[in-house]
Amino acid sequence: MQNEWLYVGIFLVIGIIVPIVPLVFSRLVAPRKPNPIKQSTYECGIETVGDSWVQFKAQYYIFALVFLIFDVETVFLFPWALSLKQMPLFVVLEGVLFIAILVVGLLYAWRKGMLEWA
Amino acid sequence: MIFLNDPINFIAGWMRGLLTGWGLSDGLTTVIIYFIGITVLIVFAMVLDILLVWVERKVVARFQDRIGPNRIGPFGLIQPFADIIKLIIKEDITPAGADKLLYNLGPVLAIASVIILWAILPLSEKIFGVDLNVAVLYLVAAGALGTLSIIVGGWASNNKYALLGAFRMVANMISYEIPMVVVLLIPTILADSMSVQKITQAQSGMWFAILSPLALIIFLISAIAELGRSPFDLNEAESEIVAGFHIEYTGMKFGLFYAGELLHAFTFGGFMAVLFFGGYGGFFGLEKIGFFSWLNNPFVQAVVFLAKAMFGYWVIMWIKYSMPRIRIDHMLAFNWKFLTPLALVVLVNTAVLSKVLAGLPNWGYVLGMFFSNIVIGFITVEILRAYGRKQRKAETKLSPQSAQNQEQAV
Amino acid sequence: MTADQIIFLLCAALILGSALMVVTTRKLIHAALWLVAALFGVAILYAVLQAGFLAVVQVVVYIGAIAILFIFAVMLTRREMLDKGAQTRSNWWLPALLGLLILTGLVFLIIGQPAFGRTAAEMPAGVDTLRNLGTALVSPDAFVLPFEVASVLLLAALVGAVYVASGNKK
Repeated sequence: MQNEWLYVGIFLVIGIIVPIVPLVFSRLVAPRKPNPIKQSTYECGIETVGDSWVQFKAQYYIFALVFLIFDVETVFLFPWALSLKQMPLFVVLEGVLFIAILVVGLLYAWRKGMLEWA
Repeated sequence: MIFLNDPINFIAGWMRGLLTGWGLSDGLTTVIIYFIGITVLIVFAMVLDILLVWVERKVVARFQDRIGPNRIGPFGLIQPFADIIKLIIKEDITPAGADKLLYNLGPVLAIASVIILWAILPLSEKIFGVDLNVAVLYLVAAGALGTLSIIVGGWASNNKYALLGAFRMVANMISYEIPMVVVLLIPTILADSMSVQKITQAQSGMWFAILSPLALIIFLISAIAELGRSPFDLNEAESEIVAGFHIEYTGMKFGLFYAGELLHAFTFGGFMAVLFFGGYGGFFGLEKIGFFSWLNNPFVQAVVFLAKAMFGYWVIMWIKYSMPRIRIDHMLAFNWKFLTPLALVVLVNTAVLSKVLAGLPNWGYVLGMFFSNIVIGFITVEILRAYGRKQRKAETKLSPQSAQNQEQAV
Repeated sequence: MTADQIIFLLCAALILGSALMVVTTRKLIHAALWLVAALFGVAILYAVLQAGFLAVVQVVVYIGAIAILFIFAVMLTRREMLDKGAQTRSNWWLPALLGLLILTGLVFLIIGQPAFGRTAAEMPAGVDTLRNLGTALVSPDAFVLPFEVASVLLLAALVGAVYVASGNKK
């Protein structure tokens, strides 16, 4: 039984091994002289102030949420797109209805100011 | 099967005969042949990557009215090799408190997510990795892995600027994935398949770039945003957050991130060629004429494909070196308020017209699709102009003094 | 042991091992990334079963959207991303016993199934599963109503998320 995904699996394995080769080579060849100043994290050339945690904006999370909803929507649209040639015209309208319902959601998020980066 | 007409199957058949002659089972033979084929393909991709570094530096130099590397080797061709040697022998400084495993995983995952795209890239009708029937979604999945690698790299550096840069980059990338996936539906509808081979073969009569130019433009913009190149390169904004999520990466790890980005750009150029410019074919029926039958040769097709991919890469570079950087709130507003609705409108238009125009002869179909895109583009530009006019009026109403100043300045 | 069985066992080990690491690791970010590994293992299972579309959709939606959402949530809300307490409670033997009993019951149930131990049948040639999925989703006597209701469900999720987020903004 020939499974085409076997090829993809082997590709993934070799694709992970191939970048490791220059890294290993670099570890063999490059000098290693660590000292605390070299290893301190970079903050525009001055000493770091505070620990490495800052208050991130909640806006990132909202964009990720909206992205999730639309991602699932587009994934639903792929089988729909493949059925267009065989089925009659009303199938297109079903898809348009699907998209329209979600555009209403996008407009709601827009009007509520969720898409601002404020 | 002669070698010139069907190289991969010829070599695979020869090896299979050899290996089964040695007594190996059928499944193991397949795995070994896959191993060798995949290694050759990946090595080819990496060598191409090295060449792309040279192309990038020469082209940016020409855009900036200078010559670029020309000392090492003829036309500076050995320059990338010198770069690689330099990166390998540089010291690898791991920042204090960095998460060792994740810190090393970041660059590896970044390049792996680009290399696995070469499994489905159709170099020619007979030279390709595997003909997946979900190749178009596979492109999106590889992008998802790339997004993950950026978060891993940014977080593992134990540096708040790296993390900030990684967040902005990821917010950018996931936002622009939506118009890209919506636009990827358009070649799927036009070719009635998600497989890249079938999409390429469906374009032998007419390129999809002509059937749907708006889809090409939206795909180009989303691809540039996915890559994180200018004008969407908030990640590498040197004046803002230094080098973004790869501040703390030195030596070959940084080299892998950089080379991964260039290879990703070239791969996207390749996908643009496949999805919109006819890939390895698309000769408008010319190859059926007896005189041009050499166009069906797999090697000629591979050269044609690589040339089109290089053209796509050149367009991406052209945009990078010509336009200023866009601010992050403008970028996200552009995506969610303009590009996504536009992409959905173009999708609905394509879907409806693909059924309505199905009965017409070929030229009617092509003209109908093309003009519907032009009409949508025209309406969009008019809406934007009206919106801009309204904004300008609101500004002058708020402060007539500044309006006067503006008029005097003009 | 056919190759299919070996791959399945490796995959199952990956999924179960990653899931175990999700709940036992101390650093929250590591937990999110082990979850990614578990989801990827499920995608590999789909691919082995020749459900290519589902495998790719699993990566796109689960790893590309939901895992990233988890990672954002972890990074945005937790100041201290390290779990410091003891890993087990004092009476850990009781849940362990219950778990073992349930596992034994499930194993007996599954072994009793008629399909246990058989390999999957070959897919008949020429069956385009993806296109069949597409036509099934949109034909009126198949699943078009759930298809449209799914969009309403997504709309409800979006409206709910916007409402909750806008409440916090004020």
